Amino acid sequence: MKGILKIAYKLLVNDRAKFAALLVGITFAVFLMVMMTSMFAGILHRSSSTVINIGAKVWVMDPAVNTPASSIPMPDYVLDAVRSINGVKFAVPLYSGVAQVKLRSGVYQAATVLGLDDASLYGRPALLEGNIENIYAENGFIVVRDTEYPKLENPRLGTEFELNDHRGVVVGIAQVTTGGLFGIPTLYTTYNRAIQYIPNPRYTVSYILVEPKSSDAVQFIKQQVSALGYVAFTKDEFIRKISRFYKYQTGLGINVLLMTVISFIVGLSISGQTFYTFILENLDKFGALKAIGAKGRVLISMILFQATFTALTGYGLGVGLASFIIAMAKLRLPSYAAKITYGNLVLAFIMVLVIAGISSYIGVRKVLRIEPFDIFRG
Amino acid sequence: MAGTAVEATNLVKWFGEGDAKTFAVRDVSFDAFFGEMLYIEGPSGSGKTTLLSVISGILRPNSGRVLVEDTDIWNLTSDQIADFRLNKIGFVFQDYHLFPRLTTAENVAIPLIMKKLDWNESISMAMDYLDIVGIRDRALLPPVKLSGGEQQRVAIARAIAGRPDILIFDEPTASLDGDTGRRIVDFVKKNVLTENRCIITVTHDSRIFEYADRIMRMEDGRIIGVEKGDAREE
Repeated sequence: MKGILKIAYKLLVNDRAKFAALLVGITFAVFLMVMMTSMFAGILHRSSSTVINIGAKVWVMDPAVNTPASSIPMPDYVLDAVRSINGVKFAVPLYSGVAQVKLRSGVYQAATVLGLDDASLYGRPALLEGNIENIYAENGFIVVRDTEYPKLENPRLGTEFELNDHRGVVVGIAQVTTGGLFGIPTLYTTYNRAIQYIPNPRYTVSYILVEPKSSDAVQFIKQQVSALGYVAFTKDEFIRKISRFYKYQTGLGINVLLMTVISFIVGLSISGQTFYTFILENLDKFGALKAIGAKGRVLISMILFQATFTALTGYGLGVGLASFIIAMAKLRLPSYAAKITYGNLVLAFIMVLVIAGISSYIGVRKVLRIEPFDIFRG
Repeated sequence: MAGTAVEATNLVKWFGEGDAKTFAVRDVSFDAFFGEMLYIEGPSGSGKTTLLSVISGILRPNSGRVLVEDTDIWNLTSDQIADFRLNKIGFVFQDYHLFPRLTTAENVAIPLIMKKLDWNESISMAMDYLDIVGIRDRALLPPVKLSGGEQQRVAIARAIAGRPDILIFDEPTASLDGDTGRRIVDFVKKNVLTENRCIITVTHDSRIFEYADRIMRMEDGRIIGVEKGDAREE
C-alpha cells in the first residue's frame, strides 16, 4: 500500500497548478476560520478579564448578572450571610463600576473602577511600580498599564486626576494578565473609597468573592447562596456564563459563526471544485489502474490519501499564516483581540477534514463508476 | 504450439435493453495459444474491443465461458478478477494511458508496485524492462517528453513488467506512423513473445498483418473466419 500511496502523492504534487490551487483553497479557508474563531475567542477571553484578573475561586452575584460590567449591587447582609456559610474560609466584597475620570488636560475619560476589600485587598493586581500599601493613602488609586493605559495620558506615580470632583492620585502602576474588552482603562482602589467616590444606588456590593475551605465545599456554598436568592459561580462557571451571553445573546456569536461557515463554504467550493477537476483529468488514469488490476479499495485509498494530504498541508499552512498574522497584528496593535485556542484549532481541523471528506467522496464516486472497458473504448 | 492460453466458448455480450439492445459479441468461440500472436481484425463496431475486454476479465459477458489457463475467470469474485488481471494479463492501451506526472520508470513500475513490491526494487526492475524495450536512457523523463513510438515502448514495458502470460494490445499502431508501427510490432514479436506467452492484438492495420500467427476476422459480433498469418510456421 505504501508504494501506491507514493504514486498517489506524486500524481498530486507533480500537478503543480492543481495542487497549488487546492492548497490555496484550503489554506485560505483555514486562515479565515482560524482568524474568525480566534478573534471571537479573544473577545470572549477579554470579556472575562475582570474575573480572570481578580482570580477569586467563587463569585456570588445577582442571578440576572450576565457580564462583570453589568453587575447588580447586592445588600450588605448578603455578604454577612455568605460569610456565615459553613465551608466559606473568607468572603469579601468587590465593587465594580465605570466612572468618568477628568485628566490633567481637562479631558474626560471613562474608566473601570474596581474597589477591593479594604482589609485584605483580595484580588489586587501585581504592581510594576509603587507599593500596595499606598492604596490606603489619601485618594490612592492604582492604574493598570495595559493597552488602554495611554488613554489616561500615561500617568506616573503621583499623577493626579479628578473623579466625580474627588481628587485621585496614582500610587501604583500594575499589570494584569488580561486586557479588558471595552477599550477603557482600569483603576483599582479600596472598596470604601470606590463607593465614596462614585455615585451609587442603595446597595453597593457588586460581587462577593469567596474563598472556600475546600473544593468539596463549593457545592454546599452554591446551595446556601441559592437559598438566599443569589447565585454562586466558580471562576470557570462565571467565565462560561459570560461567554454564553456573548455567544448567544448579543448577535456576536451568530455573526462569527456565519463568517466561519462562509469561510468553510469558500474553502469547500474552491477545494471541492479543484479536486473534482483533478479527479476528472485523471479519470482515465484511474481507469487504467483499474484495468491493470487495482481494486476499488486501492483507488479509494489513493483518493483519500490525496485529499487528506492536501487538507492537512493546507491546514498547517492556514494555521501558520493565521498565527503569523495575529502575532504581527499584536506587535503593531496591542489591543488586537485574537487568541488561538485549542478549540479553534480543533474546530478548523474538523472543518478541514469535512472538506477533505466531501471532496474525496465526490472523487471516489466518480472513480468507482469508471469502467476499465471505457478505457478500451477510449 | 504450446498449450491453450485462452479458451472462449459461446461468448455473448449485449448492451442496452429492449429496443436499444445491441449485440456486440454473438456466440463467439475460439482458442488462443501460448507462443502465438493472435490478431483480431475487423471494421469498427464489429465487437473486437468488447471481445478483448470479455476475455481479459474487464467486461462480464451475458453468457459463455472464458477459461484462462483452465480457470473460468467469470466465476471469480471481483477481487479475484482484479488479481487475475494484475498477475496474468498485460495491457497495452490504444492511447497508452501513461501517467504524465510520473517518470517513465515510475510508469513502468506501476504493476510491480501494485503487486506490493518495494518502491526501489520496483523502479530497479522497471529500469531493466526499459532496457529491454530500448529506452533506458529515457527513464527519468515524463512520458510527455517522449515520441509516440517511445511512449508505445513504455506502455509495452509496463505491460510486461508484471510478467503476464497474456498480453492484450489494443490497436497498437493506431497512433503511430507506418514505419514506427511496424518496428514496434516487429520488436514485440522478437523480444516480447515467448513460448510461455500469448499476445492477442486488436487491429485493423493491415500493414502489420505479416507479424500475425493467426488472424481472426470479426464482423457484427461474429467470427467470420480465422486465417493463418504470414508469420505462422508450417
